This record gives sequence, structure tokens and C-alpha cells, in this order.
Amino acid sequence: MSTDIPGKSLAAGGAADGGEAAMALSDGDFAADRREHDMRSALRDYRDRIRSGELGALPAVLGLISLVALFAALKPDTFLSKGNMANLSVQALPITILAMGLVFVLLLGEIDLSAGVASGLCAAVLAKLVTDAGQPWYVAAISAVAIGIVIGTTIGWLVSVLRIPSFVVTLAFFLGLQGVTLKLIGQGGTVPVRDDVVYALANKNMPVWLGWVLAAGCAAAYTATQVLRRRRQRVRGLHSRPLEFVLAQSAVVSAALLVSAYVLNLDRAPSPLITLGGIPWGVLLAGVLLVVCSFVLGRTAYGRHIYAVGGNAEAARRAGINVTRIRISVFMIGSGLAAISGIVAASRLSSVATDAGGGNTLLYAVGAAVIGGTSLFGGRGKARDAVLGGLVIALIANGLGLLGTSAYLSYLITGLVLLLAASIDALARRRRSTAGR
Amino acid sequence: MAENGDPVLRLIGLNKSFGAVHVLRDVDFAVRLGEVMALVGDNGAGKSTLIKCIAGIHPIDSGRIEFDGRPVSIDGPRAASALGIEVVYQDLALADNLDIVQNMFLGRERRKGIVLDEASMEEAARRTLARLSVRTVRSVRQRVASLSGGQRQTVAIAKAALWESKLVILDEPTAALGVAQTRQVLDLVRRLADTGHAVVLISHNMNDVFEVADRVTALYLGRVAADVARADVTRGQVVELITAGRSGDLGLAPRTAAESI
Repeated sequence: MSTDIPGKSLAAGGAADGGEAAMALSDGDFAADRREHDMRSALRDYRDRIRSGELGALPAVLGLISLVALFAALKPDTFLSKGNMANLSVQALPITILAMGLVFVLLLGEIDLSAGVASGLCAAVLAKLVTDAGQPWYVAAISAVAIGIVIGTTIGWLVSVLRIPSFVVTLAFFLGLQGVTLKLIGQGGTVPVRDDVVYALANKNMPVWLGWVLAAGCAAAYTATQVLRRRRQRVRGLHSRPLEFVLAQSAVVSAALLVSAYVLNLDRAPSPLITLGGIPWGVLLAGVLLVVCSFVLGRTAYGRHIYAVGGNAEAARRAGINVTRIRISVFMIGSGLAAISGIVAASRLSSVATDAGGGNTLLYAVGAAVIGGTSLFGGRGKARDAVLGGLVIALIANGLGLLGTSAYLSYLITGLVLLLAASIDALARRRRSTAGR
Repeated sequence: MAENGDPVLRLIGLNKSFGAVHVLRDVDFAVRLGEVMALVGDNGAGKSTLIKCIAGIHPIDSGRIEFDGRPVSIDGPRAASALGIEVVYQDLALADNLDIVQNMFLGRERRKGIVLDEASMEEAARRTLARLSVRTVRSVRQRVASLSGGQRQTVAIAKAALWESKLVILDEPTAALGVAQTRQVLDLVRRLADTGHAVVLISHNMNDVFEVADRVTALYLGRVAADVARADVTRGQVVELITAGRSGDLGLAPRTAAESI
């Protein structure tokens, strides 16, 4: 019957032509995807992005630069010493790895307040297995991570199936797990970690040549993937970023890698009789975790689904994504990485105390993720945020320690920094919503 | 369109109750490829329930559903989308933090191994938008949060059209839009039908209905009051069908219309 409507066939005929025209016109459409950039227009684009609240890594990088400048000016001898630089890198490791796990949880707009003490408990399990039970390091490490994953699964189940707010569930775990650690280690005690491999993680360095090879290799691989991806996108007529940007970003990343390798490879031995240099092995571990997490979040469907659930859980559910499973899985990843962070911390101190992972550990890690650019509101964040933010936090802790700041002031300053980062996050979010981003 | 004559979806004698409330009574409903079918009715007439039965969200109590001439049972949203039925709900369900391409492929991402195949997804999204002559989008890689209401609606509709869907159901697509944006969306609805989809348009707005619809089905208290070609009725008649279930010779018999109340 519908075919009898006179306007109908006309409309259909028009559409056939319209389709052709649209194809031809599509060169003009999506103009921003195809536009050729020169340096000035690329910079203008970047400035517009910043103004509309897309801050990216900018606050963290600015924070890093200004903190280094500040402490270098206040304590030039001690802060800039080669030994302190190596110390700084190791100091940042547990915070960074813990924060990397929290990025997954924060991406869903959830929080894991128990991540710090979970890392302490897993470290205690590792120490007990290695030192008291005489197990090899890998058995102990796998057990520690497995316990972390069990903790995360339980939290995730309580949050996503029973729908208890994650704040409450993980607050309960924060208290409960401290009790478990206390029972495991015994009142006021510490367990030493007597294992060469675990000890080496934070206390031994890779050979100088290996450090150079890895740093140069990573820099080259990063630049190559960025440039090649852009070229593929150009060839297929897809959206691509301005070449200047790709090159500038690659240059910054490469420079950071090579400068770090240089500083850490300097001989930092206190006596001329021995040589001590090289990148600590733990840095390699954090680097591998960074690459894996970035890949999972950026390049896999699972990662995409995490962002979708964090952005609009109802939309994700209607798109056929199993929201419950995603929710449980991020808590598993969070606590699993917390366990690894606990192992690194245990390696650094060569022992595990009853208060391991307590105190300001969690505050530091959440601060690191947020300073790096991960939003507390969910849906925004990257694995690299944990590294940048972890460095900022470690810098503050390290610098304040060198300045001999009293404990009360350190707490105050660290709390203020976290508050500042959260304010930047909230303000940027408001900016984005008014700018419609 | 070649297959214009045969309905892609046909419902025969559909009944649905929620407890004691008989929401749909012996509903017959058919949509053809290349056709925009407007589904009108007052609040509580059963439009949403009918849509949810087609989308597989509510199971039906009795009646038959035929898709492409074959009897089918739609026992879940997955079954509906497997048949080629896509529903664009009023709240759109887009993730603001993802870009247009990511939203269009959400939950059905293309992969190469375990890696997302971004290039092929972007190309397909671009093709679909071009086919529907969507011109207002600056970049397919811009976040959905940066789009206007009309553009968001456009993306949601294009998403439905991406999946070789045969039937696209739109729930009040112009409800919250301004004049120019309504224009854009209605054009898109028309093109959707002209590119070979069957379209069901739920609307309260007579202007929209008379602008794009080929046929109109009016529901009155759970019954089909009339299924007519748009050209055969006036706005006044459609309004009467909606409010009273009958208009002159059209609609339910006076007794049935009264009974339904």
C-alpha cells in the first residue's frame, strides 16, 4: 500500500542521488578529521583543548617540573645527588603500582580504600612463606598475588552483586584486613624477607648496558609505533593527530626515558673503590606493568568496556556488556596490583611490619592517580597517570624528608596536595561540561 | 525498494497483561521495508509496551510475531538484535566519555585477534554517517559529550542503522529538540527508510508524524484504533483517533471504544 503514496517513490529516487552526493560531499564532512595542520593551528587546537578542561598529563608534568625546581633550589646538594635520584625512583615504585590498580577502580567511579592494607597483607603472606616456610620466591609471590585477587573478587562481588557502595565495603576491608595482618605477623612484630630475588627487586640494579639498551629500545619502539600508526591512519583517510604533536610527544617520552637512564646509570657509589650504578630492577617491573595496563585499557574490547561502564553504566548494559563482570574484574585487578605493590614495598624495606600498607599508603596512591589525571568521577584516566602521579607524590615525600620537615607538616602538605589534585579534577570536569566536551 | 510490498514485521492478535491489567488487546501491527510507520496514542495507550514486546524486553502472552515472513519468538533483546531489530530509546544511552565511533560499536567492537580494529570501525562509522547524509559532525573522533542534542540523536540513530538492521524503532526522537535540530532528525528518519530500513516512529507530535510517516497506527487503550495511510487522513482525524479511539468511519466501533474505558 505504501508504494501507492505518490511522494514516496520521489523521495526514494531523490535519496539515491542524495546518497551519491553525500559520498562526494563526505570529503567536506568530518572536516576536522582531514584538516592539514601547521604548527600554529596544532598549537591552537591544543590550547582550546586545555581551556575546555581536557588537561591530560599537563598538571602532573608541570607539578613534576616545579617540584624538582623547588627542591633543587632548597637542597641542591642532597636532593640532586645521584644516590637520591635512584632512591627516588625506588620510592615511587610501590605508590605507582598501587595507583595503577586504583586507576582501574577509579575508572568505574568506584573507590578501593582497602588497597593499601591489602598490599600489606599480601606482603606479609609473601614474607611468611619465604622466611618461615622456606618456600621459593615464585611460590610466595604467586600466592601473594592470588590472595590479592581473592580479596578483590570478594570486594567486587559485594559491590556489584549485593550493590553495597564500594566506599563502605572497602572501608570494612580496610579494618578487617589490618586485623588479619596483625594476626599473621603477631603483635608489634616484623617478618624479615630473606630471599635474594625479592630483595633484588628494589635493591639491585640491572647492568648499565642493559639499562641503555632498554631505554633506547623503548624510546625507539614508542616513536615508531606512534609515527607508523599516524601514517596508517593518513593512508586510510582516518582521523589522525597533527604530525607535530606526534613528534613532540615522542620526543618528550624518549627524552624522559634516556635522561632517566643516564641519571640512574651514573656511578653513585659513596666510595671510589666500588662502582654502583644502573636502573633498579623494580623500575623494569613497573615499566612492564605500565605497558600491559596501557594495552589492556587502550587497545582491547575489555578496556573499552571499562570506560563505557564508567561513562554510562546503563548504556553499557543495553549494549550487551556484562556490567557486573566488569565491576568485579576491576576490583580483582586493583587488589592484584596492590599485592605486587606490597611485594615491592617489602623488598625495599627487606621486611614486613604489622602496619605495612597502612597509614598514608592508600592516600598516596589515590593522590598519585588523581594528580596524574584520573578522574574521581569515573570514565577518565590512563595507566600512565599512575606513573606521573606516583613520581609527584614520591618527590614530595622525598623532598620534605630531605628538608627535615616535621611529621605534622608532611601530613598537612600531602593532604593539601591531594585536595588540590581533586579540585583540579572537579574544576576541569565543570569546565568540560560547560564547554560541552 | 524491491521488497516494499511485504511486511518485514507483522504482529497478529498480540495480547499482553501485567497482572490484572490488560495492556495490549488483539493488536495487529505491520511495518514494511522503506516505510516509516508512526505509532501514536495517548499516554497509557500501550505504545511502550508494544515496543518492548518487539524488542524482546517483555514476553508476549498470546499472538504471533512474523519477521521476514517467518514466525519467530523474540525471547530477549539479543534475539531482537540478531533478527535485525534496533531500538533507539528516548534517553539514547550513549557514553559521554567515548567518541562517536566507540559509541556506535559499543558492545560489538571489531577486533583483530585481541586488539581492537579501530581503523575498520572508523571507516564503517564514517560510511554509515555518509550514507545517512549526516553532515553536521565535525569529527567522528570527537567525544559524544561535545555534541548537541540533535547530533546525539543522530549518532544514536546512525548506530542503529550500522548493524544491517531491518527494523529501527525510534522512541520520541524529537521530544527534547529545537526547531532546526528536529528538522535534521526528521530528515534522517526519512533517509533511514529511503535506504531500505523499516522504521517505527513513536511520537506525540502531529507535525513530525505528518512530515515523515507513510502510515499511521493509532493505539487507543491497548487496541489498534486504526492503521491508515497518512495521505488518507487529516491531523484532526488522527487526534480524534488518539483521544477517542474513533473518528467518523475510522476507528473502533462505538461500542468497543466505550467498552475499553
